[in-house]
Amino acid sequence: MNEDFINTLLLTGKLAGFTTIILFIIGMPIAYLLAYKRFWFKSFVEAMISMPMVLPPTVLGFYMLVAYSPQNAFGGFLDKYLDVRLAFSFEGVLLASVVFSLPFMIQPLQNGLTAIPVSFREAAYTLGKSKTETFFKVLIPNMIPSIVTALAMTFAHCIGEFGVVIMVGGNMPGETRVASIAIYDEVQALNYDVANQYSLVLFIISLVILTVIYSMNGKSAPNP
Amino acid sequence: MKRIILSIVIVLTTISLSAQKVVIAAAADLRYAMDEVVVAYKKHNPKSDIKVTYGSSGNAYQQILNGAPYDIYFSADIMYPRKLAEQGLTASKPKLYAIGFIVLWSNQIDVSSGMSSLNDIKLKKLAIANPEHAPYGKRAQESLQHYKLYDKLKDKIIMGENIAQTAQFSQTGNAEIGILALSLVMSPAMKNQGKYYLIDSKSYSPLEQGYVIIKKSKVNTETYKFAKFVSSPEARGILKNYGFKLPNETPNP
Repeated sequence: MNEDFINTLLLTGKLAGFTTIILFIIGMPIAYLLAYKRFWFKSFVEAMISMPMVLPPTVLGFYMLVAYSPQNAFGGFLDKYLDVRLAFSFEGVLLASVVFSLPFMIQPLQNGLTAIPVSFREAAYTLGKSKTETFFKVLIPNMIPSIVTALAMTFAHCIGEFGVVIMVGGNMPGETRVASIAIYDEVQALNYDVANQYSLVLFIISLVILTVIYSMNGKSAPNP
Repeated sequence: MKRIILSIVIVLTTISLSAQKVVIAAAADLRYAMDEVVVAYKKHNPKSDIKVTYGSSGNAYQQILNGAPYDIYFSADIMYPRKLAEQGLTASKPKLYAIGFIVLWSNQIDVSSGMSSLNDIKLKKLAIANPEHAPYGKRAQESLQHYKLYDKLKDKIIMGENIAQTAQFSQTGNAEIGILALSLVMSPAMKNQGKYYLIDSKSYSPLEQGYVIIKKSKVNTETYKFAKFVSSPEARGILKNYGFKLPNETPNP
């Protein structure tokens, strides 16, 4: 049982870790565009990105399950040409997790970028620095707390996923049975002490992450 | 992303070459019985890798229809495996492995008087499994209707997503009485915590529990070995300990 416990936590960490990394890579460019560009359908895009925050997870899970089905366009394409079935697999849950945690990565990054005074960028440009160099050498160093918040919130949110994972993942041990699902499963098996162990671990991890976020943001806030 | 998938596949293939994995979808009423059967199988086959996911039979059926990668499906109602066979999704003929029974169970109200205990004023909530997709829930509903109690008790009924969750509602006292699976109330987890009353099996359609091997692109020899083991005297003995009636056996008095 102890081995299962560790393996489940490792699987949970793996899902959250991959989700966070993937989201950081695709989220940063999107946040950059949203922070500095203006286009007529920007509000719509921002609303769509925020949807996972208000949508019941089961709605998202249901739509993803439909999308993954080999009888529909996306799932059919994957099945026919790549012999890949996403439903009930780790990769399928990972993709759903990326969609579900999108706003938790993009919004802090976007806020971090807009908080940097325009003069910083303009100063860099007038000194002949390219947009890329400005991004890595001026913008990123000035938004470290926002980056930490984005990474930590995404990671913590992913650990807490239940509705999406159970719809799309199917509670397969070693593949898609992450800690939140395992708790549900152990309660059904009347193994309350194991459920308690998982819950305690998740509670402590989430508390630690949030404490780190708040202490970082506290340090960068202006003194009263 | 593709590289991650590729490396994971390579690692998993290397591991799986040593023993084939068998992924089982099992009805929730088998929670403890199947665990014991798997432990017994592993004693004879120490290198085997058996993974079980428990849930309502209807839920598992839906998942299999949507391509869930189970090797073998133990349903609480042979109707589901038969439906899968009709749709060409099976690699074996649906086979009966046990007959299940529903009971009244409570750790708060004395249920030894049978169905009349459902009139007890202490009864605020009656737990049954969801009849839509849980065979034990469907039988509970049938039985209540047979005794003309269903309409009277409808407002008090709470539904578990499967019979195991229903047992959990009853065990924690959130429902004063539950119509549960005999196999669950006879398990070590619930045995000495309450009393049960065996509901007359003539008041509901029989719980013919059947299993079927799912058709996969690659033949998994371990799956067939496990299926064979379930019909062995050792496995049948385990099922009998949990109150199941076995096919090809003289009926219990």
